[in-house]
Amino acid sequence: MSDFAANQTVIEIIYLIASALFILALKWLSSPTTARRGVWAGELGMALAIGGTLLRHGIIDYKWILIALVLGTGIGIPLGLVHMTAVPQRTALSHAFGAFCVTLVGSAEFYLRTPNVPRFLMSVLCLEVILGSLTVTGSLMAAGKLQEVLPQRPLTYRGQNFVNFLLLGAAIAVAVYLVLNPGQKHLFPVMLAIGFVFGVLLVIPIGGADMPTVISLLNSYAGLSAAAMGFVLDSKLLIIAGALDGSSGFILSVIMSKAMNRSFTNVLFGAFGQVQAAAAGAQEAKTVRSATAEEAAGILAAANKVVIVPGYGMAVAQAQHKVRELFDALTKRGVDVRFAIHPVAGRMPGHMNVLLAEADIPYDRLMDMDDVNGEFPQTDVALVIGANDVTNPAARNDTSSPIYGMPILDVDKARTVMVIKRSMNPGFAGIDNPLYYMDKTLMLFGDAKSFVNDILRELSGGHH
Amino acid sequence: MGANLIDALYIFMLAAFIGFEVIRRVSPLLHTPLMSLTNALDAIAVVGAIVLVGEHKSTLSFVLGFLAVVAAMSNVVGGFLITDRMLKMFKTSRPAKH
Repeated sequence: MSDFAANQTVIEIIYLIASALFILALKWLSSPTTARRGVWAGELGMALAIGGTLLRHGIIDYKWILIALVLGTGIGIPLGLVHMTAVPQRTALSHAFGAFCVTLVGSAEFYLRTPNVPRFLMSVLCLEVILGSLTVTGSLMAAGKLQEVLPQRPLTYRGQNFVNFLLLGAAIAVAVYLVLNPGQKHLFPVMLAIGFVFGVLLVIPIGGADMPTVISLLNSYAGLSAAAMGFVLDSKLLIIAGALDGSSGFILSVIMSKAMNRSFTNVLFGAFGQVQAAAAGAQEAKTVRSATAEEAAGILAAANKVVIVPGYGMAVAQAQHKVRELFDALTKRGVDVRFAIHPVAGRMPGHMNVLLAEADIPYDRLMDMDDVNGEFPQTDVALVIGANDVTNPAARNDTSSPIYGMPILDVDKARTVMVIKRSMNPGFAGIDNPLYYMDKTLMLFGDAKSFVNDILRELSGGHH
Repeated sequence: MGANLIDALYIFMLAAFIGFEVIRRVSPLLHTPLMSLTNALDAIAVVGAIVLVGEHKSTLSFVLGFLAVVAAMSNVVGGFLITDRMLKMFKTSRPAKH
């Protein structure tokens, strides 16, 4: 027995060290100079925690643990090697996997413990399983939309919110009944099923542009469900890791929804679809000025300061490497080139930063919205590549615009604005952008990648 | 159970506050790696799943635990791998000084 107690103490101390390493991992992630050390701390903590768990007395079957660990590693390696443009869908998929694990463990614990489950334990178990199951299917839907297996536009129908609230209410009702009668085994799958369906319905009405908020929110749910699992298993390590992940997802969701001037409830229950219809009608024939690659190259070469504003369109066109060449060409000519990154540019928090870093653009050239906005008045050229709503001045002054109040990049304050865009088609968001009709704006019509390439050719051609 | 429960709630509260304070300081530059790293850390749930497989208390708990280990382990490996790949790409144009 004392051997058992000593063993328990050793394991608890290993878990304690792992918890400290997890906190350090996040602390070191605060700056790019120490961030990789953070990953190593996390890896060490994880290895310790898994190793410590294998020391537990009750564990008799090592063979199958090993098989499962090897299988998981086999799936994990390709998921860790995906292309950088696929990172948003990979992230969504990993939220689904994490929540799947939590849901499975929660279900197993229920069937092992029923009917003798204390009320508090059953409450957190229900919370774990409901959050887990809705995160599984919600994240799968998000991944499907990001991978474009599913349509990116919001799918809405009448009474959608009513159905969602009804389902959520039903899940809670079943959970309460189970807390009071933990022996009612047959109700457990019902609760699980409602969770799975709810996850699907929750994400279906959400459009591609809202993905950064949704991914963050699902991240938070995955963390909270893991923390709930920690309560069920009485594991402090799990509670800590879950709380860290939960708060991270929550902070990111808050940042994302602030950057869109919308509340969580608005993102989740108020698909953009309904609002736009009104705005789209008020379109009249307005003139735009367009320019060729040659003209654009001339203006860029003559500039002292250029701010490039990348958006999801740059990711879709895979133009980041061409953009880097443009950055190099202009920098070589003595032009000061910066990048302005809106918090919700792209499909997940920090998406643009990763793509530009992948293209070897130094990160000290990437600027946040708050830092860069003061610089636009001294900027000769703002070059918008595949970004739209985040540059729309209507957000500042048109109270009838669906995006009114959303903080934007003040590109319209630059001396010249150039926008690379496929056509004047407003795209699926359907919100007209007055920026395009300004006198100082030049529209560069074409595919982002090939247009930047044309500019590059002109720049090098004009040199010799 | 009572004392344990209160202890657990304290731990959750403190960890959540630490999480807020630490993560608030993460540069927006690194928000994508932040999400993939927290995802990998969150896969610590693998520990609970390993116990289910190892203790083999019932066939159901064994099978569910087995699947859970596979799912969580793929997050551990994939999450750390991609986070490190991303962070390796972040370079500065200035010589490093700190």
